[in-house]
Amino acid sequence: MSAYRKETTPPPYCIDERMKIPTESPVLHVASRGIAPVIMLIGLYVFFHGHYSPGGGFQGGVLLAAGVLLLRMTLGVTQSQKLMPTTLTLKLSAVGALIFAGTGLVALLCGGNFLDYHFLPVWFEPVYLRYYGILFIEVGVTITVMTTLIAIYDDLLGC
Amino acid sequence: MKALQYLSLAAFLAILFAVMVDLPPRGDLQAPAQKVVNEAGTPVAGTYYIQNAYKDAKTPNMVTVILADYRGFDTMGETIVVFTGGLACFFLLRRRP
Repeated sequence: MSAYRKETTPPPYCIDERMKIPTESPVLHVASRGIAPVIMLIGLYVFFHGHYSPGGGFQGGVLLAAGVLLLRMTLGVTQSQKLMPTTLTLKLSAVGALIFAGTGLVALLCGGNFLDYHFLPVWFEPVYLRYYGILFIEVGVTITVMTTLIAIYDDLLGC
Repeated sequence: MKALQYLSLAAFLAILFAVMVDLPPRGDLQAPAQKVVNEAGTPVAGTYYIQNAYKDAKTPNMVTVILADYRGFDTMGETIVVFTGGLACFFLLRRRP
């Protein structure tokens, strides 16, 4: 038994190459290609509907990442690079955090407190400025959460 | 040993139920969380949020207003924590082919 295990299980530092190639099953291919856009659409809905129902940046970002990761698992790494390239994930994650912090900094430079959307230099009524300020920083949260989850999966996969 | 585990679980459940009896009913106006002014005589923050969240940001979901507007600095910290986690995973796990 021990000899059998020694042959078949790879050492822990070795990446299983089967995780990177597409699956052979056509059922999984068709199903995942149909389901992944729906998951991402629900993610966008949860994100944009965060003002009116439970939801928001974090939840929507996780759903968007789930749609990409489903294609990563079934179509393989190389084919799903078009949707979200591995080299772009951590850069976009930093961009999302910068959108959030930069909004606060712009409000600070325009005379308000940090993250006081009241003072953003856009011509809206102050109340709606806060409405759209919340939406704008949720964009940053969504980008950060989505790309960080994809980056962690790609790191574990070793691609 | 197994009997001890079940016994301790049962004891914990009994403690939980005993505590639950003393909780105020849902929506009780006399509960400390619902008061406008708390015991020390200072105003409660939650009352202000409930009364002014829609007026301030025209957003019906007051949780979103608290999370992203009143407590926006906290949410920025959460975002940066997520980004830092991704960065740490990059440095620990990424292998160059």
